[in-house]
Amino acid sequence: MIEIRLHGRGGQGTVVASKILADAIVMGGGYVQAFPEFGVERRGAPVVAYVRIDNKPINLKSKIYQPDHIVVLDPTLLQSVNVTDGLKEGGKVLVNSEKEPSEMQEKFGKSFKVMTVDATAIALEKRLGSKTSPIVNTAILGAIVKALNVTNMDLIIKAIEEGVPLKVEENVEAAKKAYTSLKGGE
Amino acid sequence: MRKLLMGNHAISVGATLSRVQVIAAYPITPQTQVVEMLSEIVADGKLNAEFIKVESEHSAMAACIGASTTGARAFTATSAQGLLLMHELLHWAAHGRLPIVMANVNRAVAPGWTIWTDQNDSLSQRDTGWIQFYVADNQEVLDTIILGYKLAEKVHLPVMVNLDAFVLSHTYEAVEVPDQEKVDAFLPPFNPEWKMDVKNPRAFGGLTSSDVYMEFQYNHHEAMEQSKKVIAETCGEFEKIFGRKYGLLEEYRMEDSEYVMVTSGTISKTSRIVVDELREKGVKIGILRVRTFRPFPGEEIAAALAGKKKAFVIDRNISYGKSGIFYDEIKGALYNKGMNLPLFGFVIGLGGRDVTPAHLHEIVDYGMKHDRPTEEIIWMGVKK
Amino acid sequence: MNFKPGKKVVLEKLADYPLMPASLADMTHNFTGSWRNMRPVIDYDKCINCGTCWKFCPEPAIYIEDNKVNVNYYFCKGCGICVSECPKKCITFEEEGK
Ligand code: SF4
Ligand code: SF4
Repeated sequence: MIEIRLHGRGGQGTVVASKILADAIVMGGGYVQAFPEFGVERRGAPVVAYVRIDNKPINLKSKIYQPDHIVVLDPTLLQSVNVTDGLKEGGKVLVNSEKEPSEMQEKFGKSFKVMTVDATAIALEKRLGSKTSPIVNTAILGAIVKALNVTNMDLIIKAIEEGVPLKVEENVEAAKKAYTSLKGGE
Repeated sequence: MRKLLMGNHAISVGATLSRVQVIAAYPITPQTQVVEMLSEIVADGKLNAEFIKVESEHSAMAACIGASTTGARAFTATSAQGLLLMHELLHWAAHGRLPIVMANVNRAVAPGWTIWTDQNDSLSQRDTGWIQFYVADNQEVLDTIILGYKLAEKVHLPVMVNLDAFVLSHTYEAVEVPDQEKVDAFLPPFNPEWKMDVKNPRAFGGLTSSDVYMEFQYNHHEAMEQSKKVIAETCGEFEKIFGRKYGLLEEYRMEDSEYVMVTSGTISKTSRIVVDELREKGVKIGILRVRTFRPFPGEEIAAALAGKKKAFVIDRNISYGKSGIFYDEIKGALYNKGMNLPLFGFVIGLGGRDVTPAHLHEIVDYGMKHDRPTEEIIWMGVKK
Repeated sequence: MNFKPGKKVVLEKLADYPLMPASLADMTHNFTGSWRNMRPVIDYDKCINCGTCWKFCPEPAIYIEDNKVNVNYYFCKGCGICVSECPKKCITFEEEGK
């Protein structure tokens, strides 16, 4: 079983990203749970979403305390939220950032593997969301495929096509671009 | 088709596949998406139903009662305070023998204001005469709505399908969505003999003197009792068409078990992890999940617990000044069977406090270490 | 007046009972007229046949026959609504048994 925690801000599509990822897992015949932090969401406030993946039915119905991997959709969260809280030793941290993984490694320490992708730049290039608040979730999904190896691009593209209401092509392009531009994933 | 659905949408899809004709519901967290999705489905013309906007849950149930009295298939969904506001009309629906199906997202009751799960909202409707199911995953949510109509229309009783707030309502899981043709074959249009009909005018629910009232109550109770058999029979028909098995109870690794965790709702699923781990260590333990709370399967529970060494009843609810509610009922069911196995009653997870495998291990540990419980409630996780 | 009261249904045993608390026959055996203390009497000299009393009566106690309004005293429960609603004030309320 693989447990993933996504950190973002209300309005960035964090919960939608978890849902699209889960959709891809289901299309691939896997078992999955995707859920938000149980509570109330506010625009701009930190948001957490969870995805639990397995190749057999999932009985565990409690929250996720010790995720295998972390995905950070908004780099400004790193100042206020301890995103690696509970992260398992050797876990991966995928951050939306223009920085190189080596520049961030120090912040997270040696026990985690850091990867970055400039999802904000990709979202701006594909005109997803507005200039001041780009929607990075589909770009992040492309990076997740490369970084976490839980599904493949064909399925994630199919899931994006079903899961986003507008600019389907641009969203797919964003995912593809993020897939190829992930840093630290090799 | 296998689809990713949140619990709330599994409800809406179940109601749509059941071809409900009247929907009257008032949105409340954590049930809101049920109403949202159904209103869209109706507005898009994908379901030929009347969607009645109401100003409260009391009115929602009133509208369902009116619709059901005319023989229409009526649906509503609610949660916590909304269900409590319906209370008066829950009696009306049940004594009126109306086969309404309602989804209730189990949410704790205020104050303090809360939106998270426990079962006190629906369990405090125990004596309204509704059939009550407690489900454990989103597949079961969808299936039990469809099953619910079949059952309700056979026994002329309303059915409440209860699911844990957030743990199911807001969690996406893979759900096998059945084909409409199969559902149609299982659940034909409802055409009751008793209904409000201008060609055959009747008064419904009029003044009933003490000379005749009691027999209606007797019949209502009899219908409840008989519905146990009908549930088994309906679940059999369901399994034949859809391949998924349900019943009054659900057993997990019970065959040779000496110890039993008695559970309901999603805690039952997490308990499987604990049981699997303990079995690895050679502990003979199983799970008895109570899926149907009304009619109460006392006989069946007693039979399942016969010969066991100990049982640990886990309640996500409480009857203040007494104990966990399932615990109390199960204890009562054993008395006249002369059964005297140590029966421990744990209260856990109120107001949505998370229930993890570690907590459930603690419960089993406690039960193993003590010969007999000395208190009616063993509190789990209270900051004492 | 051409009126025959309906049959009263007696529920003697369980098998007689309907599925739900619903009526099995009409209520025309239930003479609400027996509740009456005051009796409405129409003064046909003043009556203009407007039908207001017929509309307001909460029982099936005002009926129209020979093109005029009449009171059915089997069912008139003596509530006095017709007395106060009549625009011509031509219904008087008289004490029963006087
Ligand atoms: S007194 Fe009342 S019941 Fe009698 S005729 Fe007048 S309105 Fe009808
Ligand atoms: S309301 Fe008065 S005036 Fe009108 S029909 Fe009746 S008795 Fe006559």
